[in-house]
Amino acid sequence: MGDLSEFSLPVQLFLRAYPWRRIDPVPWTPLGRPLNQCRLALISSAGFVLSEQPPFDDSTKGGDPSFREIPSGAEVQTLRDTHRSESFDHSGLREDPNLAFPLDRVRELATSHRLGSVNQRHLSFMGSITAPGRFVRDSVPAITRLLKEDAVDVGLLVPV
Amino acid sequence: MCNQAVCLVAAELERQGIATVVIQLLRFVAEKVRPPRALCVPFRHGYPLDSPNAPDRQHAVIEAALRLLEDQTLEPPAMVDFRPS
Repeated sequence: MGDLSEFSLPVQLFLRAYPWRRIDPVPWTPLGRPLNQCRLALISSAGFVLSEQPPFDDSTKGGDPSFREIPSGAEVQTLRDTHRSESFDHSGLREDPNLAFPLDRVRELATSHRLGSVNQRHLSFMGSITAPGRFVRDSVPAITRLLKEDAVDVGLLVPV
Repeated sequence: MCNQAVCLVAAELERQGIATVVIQLLRFVAEKVRPPRALCVPFRHGYPLDSPNAPDRQHAVIEAALRLLEDQTLEPPAMVDFRPS
C-alpha cells in the first residue's frame, strides 16, 4: 500500500490534519450490462494535457479546478505531464503516460472484447486540489454532463 | 489530494447513473472519503498502475478494477485490496 511515509514530514502532518470530504450517503450504480457491452471513459488526476492544451496552473489558490478533454485517438506518448506536485516521483509517468492514463490498455481491452468500447473522449485534471469547492461545484458536474452525453456506462478513475 | 479528487468525481458519476471504480493509493483516504468502489493498490504515488512500460502489470490492475464492477456481492462503499500475483 502506498503510505504516508512516502511524503515529507510537513506533507504527512498536513494529510493527517486535512478535513477530508466524506461522501455520505455513498451513491451506487450497479453495472447495468456485461462489460463487453459497456462504453468506458478514463478520468485521471495526473495532470496530463495534449501538446496544444495549456498546462494546469499550480498558482490557483486551493488547486486548479479545470479539466481537459483528451480524445480517444490521442497518442499516449505525446501526453504532457503538467502535474505540479513535487510530492511524488514523476519519472514513471513521463516514461509511460499509460501508468496513470491507460488509454492504450483500455483500447486493447476493447479490441479483445473485454470492453464494449472506449469512449470518444476522456477527462484529465490535476488532483492537487486542497479546496475542492469550485471543482465540485463546476468541474465535476461538467465532467458528468459530458460523459452522460456520450452515453458512457463505466468510469475508470486513476489518481497519481 | 489526487485520491480525494477522483473519489468526488466518482460519486457524482454514480449519482447520475454511471458505474465507477477508482484506484486508490492511500487506503486511509478511501476510508475517510468513501468512494463507491475502490481498488486499493500497494504502489507508491506516481505509479498507480504499478510500472511504466509494463502492459501486463498495468492490465492486471485494470482487470482487478473491472472485476469490482462485475461483483454483484459488493455493497457501497466497497474497498478491495489489490494483491499482485
